[in-house]
Amino acid sequence: MTWRWDYARDVLPDLLVAFLQFTLGITLAAGVIAVVLGLVLALGRRSDNAWVSRPTFWLIEFIRSTPIPIQLFFVYFGLASAGIRLSALVTGILVLGVHYACYMAEVYRAGIDAIPKGQWEACTALSLSPQRTWRAVILPQVVRRIVPSAGNQIIALFKETPFLIVVGVGEMVYVAQQFGSATFRFTEPLTIAGLIFLAASYPTSVLMRRLEARLAQ
Amino acid sequence: MPSDTATKTDAIIRFDDVVKKFGDKTVLAGMNFSVAPGERVTLIGPSGSGKTTILRLLMTLEKITDGVIWVNGKPLTHEEKNGQLVPASEKYSRERARTIGMVFQQFNLFPNMTVIENVIEAPVSVLGKSKDEARQHALDLLDKVGMKDFADGHPTQLSGGQQQRVAIARACAMGPDVLLLDEVTSALDPELVVDVLNVLRDIAETTDITMLIVTHEMHFARDVSHRVMMFDQGLIVEDGTPEKIFNDPDHERTRTFLRAVLEER
Repeated sequence: MTWRWDYARDVLPDLLVAFLQFTLGITLAAGVIAVVLGLVLALGRRSDNAWVSRPTFWLIEFIRSTPIPIQLFFVYFGLASAGIRLSALVTGILVLGVHYACYMAEVYRAGIDAIPKGQWEACTALSLSPQRTWRAVILPQVVRRIVPSAGNQIIALFKETPFLIVVGVGEMVYVAQQFGSATFRFTEPLTIAGLIFLAASYPTSVLMRRLEARLAQ
Repeated sequence: MPSDTATKTDAIIRFDDVVKKFGDKTVLAGMNFSVAPGERVTLIGPSGSGKTTILRLLMTLEKITDGVIWVNGKPLTHEEKNGQLVPASEKYSRERARTIGMVFQQFNLFPNMTVIENVIEAPVSVLGKSKDEARQHALDLLDKVGMKDFADGHPTQLSGGQQQRVAIARACAMGPDVLLLDEVTSALDPELVVDVLNVLRDIAETTDITMLIVTHEMHFARDVSHRVMMFDQGLIVEDGTPEKIFNDPDHERTRTFLRAVLEER
């Protein structure tokens, strides 16, 4: 099988459009869910109230231990049979977002545990309220510590977006597949899709490393 | 005027049969003492004798096992319900401890804030002062501890001694009635100790803040305190004026401890 440049040139624009329209959008939307919900889950796990911390713990363990495609099927088809209809795109964003929120919760937890005990004690000595302690003292320090690992989680999330094929979201790899099925030439579209992933994630991880170095100062 | 022994009614701090255990280990074995308003008390004794635990209980960083601690004539560790004393919630105790400030061995400045932000954080968010007012007061305090020029710097850029002086200003910004000093010079290089002790001497001379001081700096203790308490194994061995304790202690345990500390220097 030979590589055909003219065919590659034909598929590239459509793949790029699918990448910008879906892959990046899904990553951003799911990433926001992961970052916000991850913090909520991390705080829930730390709660003094066992009725909050135990269920949160099991929810995190459960979601992290089951594969994303099964979660997609479950939410898309399972909920539909229960009368809750979500579009494929919304399903994909929710499932990826919640899945990575569970990983982010662990990242937050590690970041929170790394804050020296003295910081909490100084907050107590100054009579800061629990809310103020978290918002003004603990979380800003946590964020600095977790930027590199949180960034890696987002890059991992980005690379999982092709899973959304299973519910038929028209993201980039889906489009590549469509080209392949139509022409029986899969090499060019899938190679280009892979290169686009590489071209996007490598600079991002370099950027993360720079950011990490800057925040460490 | 501070006196050697405060009566029960006018004491700013009172410990009634206070017991503190960590698991099986008894750190305070039924502690009784009072501190008068304005009194400066130095707590000495070997490590593990319970002196730091006394400060940590007052700051609500630890929970009492038994007994009652009183601050300003009201219980810190207990709430009064239907004329009965019941163990207080953490929230209640912390509210009561607002008039108590603490300076730590490891400074514990907030590294995500500038020096002045460290000092104004609690006055603004806890006392509800305006930013301008808090800033003005903070600059005065930083000036007093010789750190005004560093107001917009970050704690990580400062030496240990400088950080500790900022931490002292930060504690004073809340206008505490009681200041707890927990081995505040122990983590410092010897040449930085002097500046910190001078700042504390100045506060002792110019204010009437009650101080509880845990230190190994015996000269400092002799200079600033009205009273020295010697602890061993969770009990008070001896309690008296610095002259009495340092020159003519009644107990052999005090003598051996002081000899060991002074020889170490």
